[in-house]
Amino acid sequence: MSRIGVFVCHCGENIGSTVDCQEVAARCKQMPGVVHSEDYKYMCSDPGQSMIKQAIEEQGLDGVVVAACSPRMHEPTFRRAVSEAGLNPYLCEMANLREHCSWVHEETDSTTDKATDLVHLQVEKVKRNKPLQPIQVPITKTALVIGGGVAGIQAALDIADSDRKVILLERSPSLGGHMAQLSETFPTLDCSQCILTPKMVEAARHPNITLMTYSELEHLEGFIGNFKATIRKRARKIDEKLCTGCGLCLQKCPTRKISDGFNEGLGMRRAIYVPFPQAVPNTPVIDIQNCSHFRKKKCDRCVKACPTDAIRFEQQDEWITVDVGAIVLATGFKIMRSDQFPEYGYGAYPDIIDGLQFERLASASGPTQGVIKRPSDGKEPETIVFLACAGSRDAAKGVKYCSKICCMYTAKHAMLYKHKAPHGKAYVFYMDIRAAGKNYDEFVRRAIEEDGVKYIRGRVSRIYEEDGKLIVKGADTLLGGRPVEIKADMVVLATAVQPNDGQIDLARKIHVGCDEYGFFAEAHPKLRPVETNTAGIYLAGACQSPRDIPETVAQAGGAAAKVVALFSRDRLTREPLVAEVNRRPSPIYSDCVGCFLCETACPYQAIGQETVTDRDGKLYKTMAKINPGLCQGCGTCVATCRTKAIDLHGYSNEQIYAEIMSL
Amino acid sequence: MAKPFEPKITAFVCNWCTYAGADLTGTSRIKYQPNIRIIRLPCTGRIDFMLLQKAFARGADGIIVSGCHPNDCHYSSGNYHARRRWMVFNDLMEFMGVDGRRVTFSWVSAAEGTKWAALVNEVTDAVRQLGPYTEYQRLIGAGVA
Repeated sequence: MSRIGVFVCHCGENIGSTVDCQEVAARCKQMPGVVHSEDYKYMCSDPGQSMIKQAIEEQGLDGVVVAACSPRMHEPTFRRAVSEAGLNPYLCEMANLREHCSWVHEETDSTTDKATDLVHLQVEKVKRNKPLQPIQVPITKTALVIGGGVAGIQAALDIADSDRKVILLERSPSLGGHMAQLSETFPTLDCSQCILTPKMVEAARHPNITLMTYSELEHLEGFIGNFKATIRKRARKIDEKLCTGCGLCLQKCPTRKISDGFNEGLGMRRAIYVPFPQAVPNTPVIDIQNCSHFRKKKCDRCVKACPTDAIRFEQQDEWITVDVGAIVLATGFKIMRSDQFPEYGYGAYPDIIDGLQFERLASASGPTQGVIKRPSDGKEPETIVFLACAGSRDAAKGVKYCSKICCMYTAKHAMLYKHKAPHGKAYVFYMDIRAAGKNYDEFVRRAIEEDGVKYIRGRVSRIYEEDGKLIVKGADTLLGGRPVEIKADMVVLATAVQPNDGQIDLARKIHVGCDEYGFFAEAHPKLRPVETNTAGIYLAGACQSPRDIPETVAQAGGAAAKVVALFSRDRLTREPLVAEVNRRPSPIYSDCVGCFLCETACPYQAIGQETVTDRDGKLYKTMAKINPGLCQGCGTCVATCRTKAIDLHGYSNEQIYAEIMSL
Repeated sequence: MAKPFEPKITAFVCNWCTYAGADLTGTSRIKYQPNIRIIRLPCTGRIDFMLLQKAFARGADGIIVSGCHPNDCHYSSGNYHARRRWMVFNDLMEFMGVDGRRVTFSWVSAAEGTKWAALVNEVTDAVRQLGPYTEYQRLIGAGVA
């Protein structure tokens, strides 16, 4: 026979004013199995918790029901109190008398009746609770950071500075990401590369960081603390150990007219290249699609030029498997390209460019050395029109959200242009100016008031070319929708920020969720913004939603702190509310018949197969096996199981049927 | 005078969305009728429809099943499993002769405290109109349920 204790809390007036707590406690005493029942003003207070502990010790209770607020609020509090009295914490349950009863009903007899029922339900459940031990899992104290932009670099540095090993993975040949492409940054107008490149170098030199550029995650298995990642290291066709980064090969390469991705197609690079002069690592890559050696089987000028014999045409991709304990996703974003706008000519006009292209034009290390020139004829534009919200907040383009950074970088672009060409005219078409951030609105005001950028509130309906000018037709909604027409030399579209290419594929590979747009989904929008729903995988930067640099850096630090906190322990403790396949004596072994429906239903790949063999090693039975480290305790397998071979600790069939029977 | 009929409603809800949504109803002090008894489960994917049958057998007059909206499942896909299972269970109920109006399937997120109160009131009123579900006991007697 069970010895259950019931503790009814008044929560001051919160429960006591609509529920007759004394009456509930008195009725509970009559329930079979209940040996102790009392009520108190504040059960969660110190004296309240002491009452529980005292009752456990004096009455030898083997189960406790605290009838108080929501278990989402104080379950940990009471479970701790119970365990301090020597009882297993999982033998304590809470009845939710506050949120689900006293606060939502009037003071009537039926409210007290309901309160009694809610307690009874938990009493019946707790009688069937089993003492559970937290699951202990070992931890591999190495982190994998995917993405070498500012988010990934910051996360890697923060983890590495806490004396933990980090593998920093980047799919392009160099660290840096989008931030390396930017000219200046808002709202301080300091040079982007000047603040980023020292961090890139630091990341490469850090003794705790293993840098893997030109590499991608191919496959991931395992679970928190124990991931096994397979990384594909693409062949640079260069021996990285021998290459000194002198750059002689670059000068000798005869294939020169390849559109340069780093310069957003505004410049040219060669077939052997480093993306930009400050690249980390400074080792070139041979682009085998364009290299004459691979296309025509001739040309070895780079081989001849190399003073250290580092060129390796025969080098192949490598697959490397690493053990890691935690993963930070920092895969960044991409922007919508101008060819997705039929109203602006489908990208047919070379002088309609996007924000990143403007960054390259304005950058001192860009294709024009920082002089703003039209891509079509190289002339310096006298009038530039900037269009904010190109694609963003536009359901027709599939982007309902605000891209967040465009208001600010558009103001910055207009300002940079005005600084470089004081007599030029800059117009900005906008929907709303969203400049929420430290010193952000002041920055926009400065663009308008000090630099004379003309802001027009309205949308642009059409852009077409006429006599070498781009005719921008729009409306000024502050003047009652009056039509506006501007003859521009160049148009800059602040196009929408979107999830990076391959993000959905990566999400599937590592089993994290995406939101409706394809950005990685966080575990909780407010309280767990840097975690994913897959334990041990964290988020940093614009792969989660559009973000500016300060936010990205802050979030990367947050993700790093989570990783370091995880690594601070030697073993991982997890809630033992996991599913388990039952065991029966031989020759049945388990009720499991090996249909493996559960395996397909499990969202966490926690279910594998186990074989039972006889003494001669002959296969006797194949059945399901649940990895308690991976199982998150959703119970989908339990409901799926045809033979009821699987049960979920904490929410077992027996417990739930008992709850139903109590009603 | 006999007491007027008050329906017995049993709700099966997931911990992450609807249970939290019902908590929010409480914190927002939105009132609803006290006929409902909530059974908390980790996920709607955990809901085996045998549980619903058991609840009817125990005399429930109406049942609510509610979890996270599609795409919002804490366990990423549990609610999809629940939804698929629900389709099958619907057919089974019809075959058995169980009154489909007695079971309400809904999505209530952790932010929808108002929706939860409205749902409970709506179901309670509807089931009160339908009267006590004595028919189920007859199904049990006939060996169907």
